[in-house]
Amino acid sequence: MTIQLSDRTALAAAPRPRRKARLTSWQLNIISWLAPVGFLLIWEAAARAGMIAPQILPAPSAVAATGWKLIANGSLFQHLGASLARAAAGFVIGGSIGFGLGVLVGFSRLAEALLDRSIQMIRAIPFLAMLPLVIVWFGVDESGKIFMVSLAVMFPIYINTVLGIRQVDPKLLELARVTGLSWQATIRRIILPGAMPSVLTGVRYALAVAWLALVIAETIATTRGIGFLAMDAREFLQTNVIVLTILIYAAIGVGADSLARALERRLLRWHPNYAKEA
Amino acid sequence: MTAVSVRGLRRQYGERVVIENLDLRIGKGEFVALLGESGCGKTTLLRALAGLDAIDGGHIDAPGKPAVVFQEHRLLPWAPLWQNVALGLETPEGRAAAIAALSEVGLAGREEDWPRNLSGGQAQRVALARALVREPKLLLLDEPFAALDALTRIKMHVLIRELVARHRPGVLLVTHDVDEAVAIADRILVMRAGRIAASYDTAGQTGLRDTLLKELGVETDTRAA
Repeated sequence: MTIQLSDRTALAAAPRPRRKARLTSWQLNIISWLAPVGFLLIWEAAARAGMIAPQILPAPSAVAATGWKLIANGSLFQHLGASLARAAAGFVIGGSIGFGLGVLVGFSRLAEALLDRSIQMIRAIPFLAMLPLVIVWFGVDESGKIFMVSLAVMFPIYINTVLGIRQVDPKLLELARVTGLSWQATIRRIILPGAMPSVLTGVRYALAVAWLALVIAETIATTRGIGFLAMDAREFLQTNVIVLTILIYAAIGVGADSLARALERRLLRWHPNYAKEA
Repeated sequence: MTAVSVRGLRRQYGERVVIENLDLRIGKGEFVALLGESGCGKTTLLRALAGLDAIDGGHIDAPGKPAVVFQEHRLLPWAPLWQNVALGLETPEGRAAAIAALSEVGLAGREEDWPRNLSGGQAQRVALARALVREPKLLLLDEPFAALDALTRIKMHVLIRELVARHRPGVLLVTHDVDEAVAIADRILVMRAGRIAASYDTAGQTGLRDTLLKELGVETDTRAA
């Protein structure tokens, strides 16, 4: 007993053992870049050693040089701007319709009975299968491309909005009743914030499919946009440009995803999963 | 003055009658505990008084809207504490009242904090502040301390007594904890089969705990204890 006691005192008096060395987030961030950077270096080395024919896959440095050239003559930003404008317009239109219908169906069983079956039927159509029809309807100008993006964006946002609204805790709705909240306040203070995590999941999903729709839509009869750049380069076998456009699509995809994450961090800062501070 | 007066209350689910011809009166500042076994209708009575369920007969006269504290805190996780307290009263005055109510329950300076940073006892105190900020004539407590640990529960008993003494609402506390009822209530009602079966004033009573336990069908041997 005495021995135990003195042991404990000794332990308390001794400096606390250092916590096991953990990697800081900054170090982990660097580590996460090792694989992609290493891959680029190997690719570059293989291309320079003549192991990959430049027509098949040009070296990263050659792609970068092409990119720089297109930036210098201003055409890259012009095409990029055209693509982004289409994506944004389609996202806003499709997103608004999806959210609006989602709110309606989420709240009203009548609206669900009226609308949900039709929406689910349209959703069952792979939107790429609509492409020929879209060309017939809209021709080959902007509206057809925006329509494609809108169509793709609408469903994930619709479904997740309905789901989010339906999943709001009934106990909180009961609270709204005992505190005498008006229905407008109940929607604003309880239902919409409660549905927000699900809605934002829909937004992230929608951003991904918006891109997919845009890539497809831009490969048909365009004169502007990243897709045009790729199609044009294919005609002239400019592999440099094709690879560049693929990389640009990838970069924009990553950008869109981090935009969605930033939105989640901002709107869901109350949520333990998204909270920054402990 | 009366906080709530119930006459001939009747509540049934389909064929099953849960509350039958129940009378109840709670005065201003009076703290009434309602004991009863599970399924005796005590929560049904509270929900009827809260206006959450319709009643099938009788009258409930309550001036103003009662406030309710549930067993779970039911705080909105997306709203900072002051907005939770001031829910539905989000004006500058409402904010000031919420901050005052938070400090009354011992959470001064926490108005911008999030519910996720609270312990169970703290969250329940915010729920109390949310009820009291409305200055209710009738405060309904549905086993609000049941999920708390023993020490926190005792602290909450002290706090709720203080708050009720200051704001003087009529209180109906639904609980199945006899000791809790004896510790904080002025009057204890025992409910059985949809009626008030017995009523005891706690003041100056000795051996009340055993009497109540007997009412609830628990035999205790005081000589052995």
